[in-house]
Amino acid sequence: MRGAKSATMVIGAIAIALTATACGGGSSSNGAEDGVVRAWWGDPQNPLEPANTNEVNGGKVLDMIFSDLKEYDPKNSQAYLASADSITSTDQQTFTIKVKPGLKFSDGTPVTASSFVDAWNYGALLTNTQKNASFFSNIDGFSQVHPDKGQPTAKTMSGLKVVDNLTFTVKLTQKFSAWPDSLGYKAFAPLPKSFFTDHAKWIAQPVGDGPYKVVSYTKGQSMKLVPNPYYVGQQKPKNKGVLLKVYTDENTAYADLQAGQLDVLDSIPASDIPHVKGDMGGRYLNLPAGINQALSFPLNQKTWGASGMEKVRQGISMAIDRDSITKKIFQGTRSPATDFTAPVLGTAGGYSTDICGDVCKYNPTKAKELIKEGGGIPGGKFTISYNADTGSHKTWVDAVCNSVNNALGTQACVGNPVGTFADFRNQITTKQMINPFRAGWQMDYPLIDDFLAPLWGTNASSNDSQYTNPDFDKLISQAEAEPDKAKSVALYQQAEKLLVKDMPSIPLWSQNGGVAWSDRVSDVTENPFSYPVFYNITVK
Amino acid sequence: MGRYVIRRLLQMVPVFIGTTLLIFVMVYALGDPVAAMFGDRAPDPATAAQIRHNLYLDHPLWQQYLHYMQGIFSGDFGTAFDGQPVTQLMSSAFPVTLRLTLVAFAIEGIIGIALGLLAGMRRGRFADTGVLGFTLLMISIPVFVTGYLLQYFVAVKWQLANPAVADGAPFGDLILPGIVLAGVSLAYVARLTRTSVAENARADYIRTAVAKGMPRRRVISAHLLRNSLIPVVTFLGTDIGNLMAGAVVTERIFNVKGVGFQLYQGILRQNPPTVVGFVTILVLVFLAANLLVDLLYAVLDPRIRYA
Repeated sequence: MRGAKSATMVIGAIAIALTATACGGGSSSNGAEDGVVRAWWGDPQNPLEPANTNEVNGGKVLDMIFSDLKEYDPKNSQAYLASADSITSTDQQTFTIKVKPGLKFSDGTPVTASSFVDAWNYGALLTNTQKNASFFSNIDGFSQVHPDKGQPTAKTMSGLKVVDNLTFTVKLTQKFSAWPDSLGYKAFAPLPKSFFTDHAKWIAQPVGDGPYKVVSYTKGQSMKLVPNPYYVGQQKPKNKGVLLKVYTDENTAYADLQAGQLDVLDSIPASDIPHVKGDMGGRYLNLPAGINQALSFPLNQKTWGASGMEKVRQGISMAIDRDSITKKIFQGTRSPATDFTAPVLGTAGGYSTDICGDVCKYNPTKAKELIKEGGGIPGGKFTISYNADTGSHKTWVDAVCNSVNNALGTQACVGNPVGTFADFRNQITTKQMINPFRAGWQMDYPLIDDFLAPLWGTNASSNDSQYTNPDFDKLISQAEAEPDKAKSVALYQQAEKLLVKDMPSIPLWSQNGGVAWSDRVSDVTENPFSYPVFYNITVK
Repeated sequence: MGRYVIRRLLQMVPVFIGTTLLIFVMVYALGDPVAAMFGDRAPDPATAAQIRHNLYLDHPLWQQYLHYMQGIFSGDFGTAFDGQPVTQLMSSAFPVTLRLTLVAFAIEGIIGIALGLLAGMRRGRFADTGVLGFTLLMISIPVFVTGYLLQYFVAVKWQLANPAVADGAPFGDLILPGIVLAGVSLAYVARLTRTSVAENARADYIRTAVAKGMPRRRVISAHLLRNSLIPVVTFLGTDIGNLMAGAVVTERIFNVKGVGFQLYQGILRQNPPTVVGFVTILVLVFLAANLLVDLLYAVLDPRIRYA
């Protein structure tokens, strides 16, 4: 029978296809390796170069495989000397950095002064297109390696000089006393020789000087890390390694956590937060992180930037019921803003519970008065733009608008979804926003400077509101030059008070990081960057 | 038949060029992807310009498209933003999705046809109504609902399977997502088979076969089923493409690192090479599946001839 024969062939072809694809995998198992923590991960957006990683998934790995000159205490965010023996300066502009002797990368090569200098020069050079290049912008000679227009005229920054094997000096473009404390940011990580000699190999399996080393990395699937045998710092891992598993959907990760297939999940789906404590038998922590959210105004637009409008902006701020929104929408995973920073800084670091004062408190009557005094909302109506593709911003933007509308008794505010994050950011950076928009800020290092200077300084890198105030700029540079920490913080706070007066942006709340874990592991916490503190985790 | 196949293959060329162009333009229309790479921080203009230059984004759209097509014909599908070549992404993603598709396809074919046959043979009786109700239910529930429900009950509550598919996608882990993925199509297959079987059961040739004294088994398998399967095969064939492309939701729920995962990442990061490359392959799969279906007709029904 002709038909039957052909049918057999079709079935045969399917069978061959099945076996052929069967060879592709099937050998790996999901079972837990003894002593290894299985943790949630997302696919990093960029290659894992330190100066090129600006999002949490890449950051999580860098946090484990690099030890910087300074590191931050996960409990109180204080910077302490890690790979540096000392960082000294007499004028707060030129710093002498001594690297601890005997430190090694996970491939056994030594960490020297040039490991840092070469890495920083690489990060700053325009043609390497490192996304964090601007972190080196206050080093002398940055404008030659990273000009605003055209090709670089130098390959290395003149402000970096290697003195001897373990010593180098850094000259900044202006005084910045707290600069050493910013060195815990991973863009400042040292790089081994192999990074420059065999770049592709390094990218496939990054080598660092931190508590962990990468043993295998399958892009888009998982990364296996084990303790780095050469690491001698104080973050010595208490487990036998970490397996980072890539998930596309946090709901799946949550199901895996419940089913005992995952140990640490630091991105809990919003819909599960109300019952996560019950599901996990109390194995859940909600800790403050250095992330805050705000409502920024386009001050380059006449409608919002005219003088007198600061009263309207203050009025809108007072029409937002932060307490109810953080409780009802966010289930307590956000804390209402009381200033322009975040609680992780601690009061010594510059966080304040009263700088914003009444302006950040809900007061409908006062709100109406202020808006009236300031000349009313332009056109009687405004929108709040947000990106609709990620982060479920719709819920809280609608809640903020409801709160404003209820307080003012008119339908003044409505949300304005923008399709993609890229489009949303483009509208902001090309100054096309004509109405308020959501703003989020994740700190790079736990210093008050990071919450003020990049955001509100004239022409600063992330000044999305186009705010400018010479008094503010002056106070910030005074604060940066001031060697005494307490005095410096006081100057920063003075500058912050100007922000409350001018209200270029309405502080809404600061974000907490949530982490849940299985009964296989214990001692799970998060650091101020909302990364789990992996080295402390113990496995049963 | 050979000439027919060649003609069909040649027809794929304009379709291929048309789809790549359309998708390229659509991804391009989403806007400049560079700003999003910097997160909430404003991109520094010099770095952004350099990245645009490296990614060929500083050229007009038509030049970008030509540049991309030039690459494709030399086997270079471009790179994703994390520096991985798209061909590498494809070689890791397609086998995984293919495995999932095959599992779903097997479930859909075997259970769907069996249910349809059962219902068709017992027209109007309880089994028929039961299958009708079941298929109605499957069609009306969206995939993500069945997905999350099955995941919660089967994997989390009763612990019968893993909630997420392990690396390398072993077949054991793929059964649950396979059922979810096959669900809706399974219902269609059952309904199609039922109608067709019910119709053919009254045909003259079946009566002749029964009158000849042929065993019931043989009547059903060689005469009834074979003739009833023509519309079902059409559906199954076109469904291969649907299953592969439609796995986006299912793959997300069960954390399968297949085509859906890569497409989702590509769209989220607005990376034209990833999206266009993957969709192009999917289009080719659709075209090939359609051709295969047409050829299968001739196998099932010798009256159909191609020239």
